[in-house]
Amino acid sequence: MWSWVAHRVTGIGIFFFLFAHILDTALVRVSPEAYNEVIATYKNPVVGLLEVGLVAAVIFHGFNGLRIVLVDFWSKGPRYQKHLFVGVIALWVLLMVPFTIRHLSHVFGG
Amino acid sequence: MTTTIPAPRTPRRLRGRTNTELYAWMFMRASGVLLLILVFTHLFVNLMTGDGINALDFGFVAGKWADPVWQVWDLLMLWLAMLHGTNGLRTIINDYAERDQLRLWLKVGLYTATTITIVLGTLVIFTFDPCPPDAAADLLPSFCSVP
Ligand code: HEM
Repeated sequence: MWSWVAHRVTGIGIFFFLFAHILDTALVRVSPEAYNEVIATYKNPVVGLLEVGLVAAVIFHGFNGLRIVLVDFWSKGPRYQKHLFVGVIALWVLLMVPFTIRHLSHVFGG
Repeated sequence: MTTTIPAPRTPRRLRGRTNTELYAWMFMRASGVLLLILVFTHLFVNLMTGDGINALDFGFVAGKWADPVWQVWDLLMLWLAMLHGTNGLRTIINDYAERDQLRLWLKVGLYTATTITIVLGTLVIFTFDPCPPDAAADLLPSFCSVP
């Protein structure tokens, strides 16, 4: 139940980010100056922390989506769905720790 | 417009004529698995390697899209993520917007925004010039200056 809520909330969040992400990337077609100017406004600690949140959402949604697929198609999926969820959280932590360290040292270390 | 789900074991001929929802369900799973590879690689290459987020500027994007592999990669990601997300939001609208009129207009808005975004993104990837002739040289990827 809560994994479903989290899957839904992260899905909606990623989707709205994607609109903004495609529109700002489209600025490369306007001019290098226009693109660099907008990207420069993202290079601050607040956006840096939001980026960590976004990646956290994507990683959760991705691994949890894989879990949904396994529950639907793998004959033993439904029986092990709780274990699979533990796996999702474990993989999420495993990727988030190095990512957060590296990303925040880029953001705060200049 | 209301989506009604027939009771289990309803005879096939009473269930309505199409399998659209089944295909949408399959698409969510197939595109999800592909997106897992596409998006995780995208994040790794852009945020973890080299100088990470600090390397991001016009030259970085131009350098990537000079390679057809990344063009196809980003094109696939654009289409799959937009369609996957749009179909996901369609489900969510069906779940929460109970008034017929509201549901209709939310979907019209959603599909319009999706169409514009996919067309725009596709055009950008295909018409992109990594070395625009009137731009300052120091903003461009290094290969532009090679005569
Ligand atoms: C990274 C790889 C991804 C995987 C493995 C994945 C997997 C899935 C799966 C299997 C579902 C279907 C859930 C169901 O039918 O019950 C789903 C739903 C959804 N996904 Fe993804 N997805 C991924 C990326 C994305 C992205 C990039 C977006 C945003 C553009 C997104 C937005 C959504 C939304 C809005 C839903 C609907 C949630 C709901 O109905 O509760 N997903 N995802």
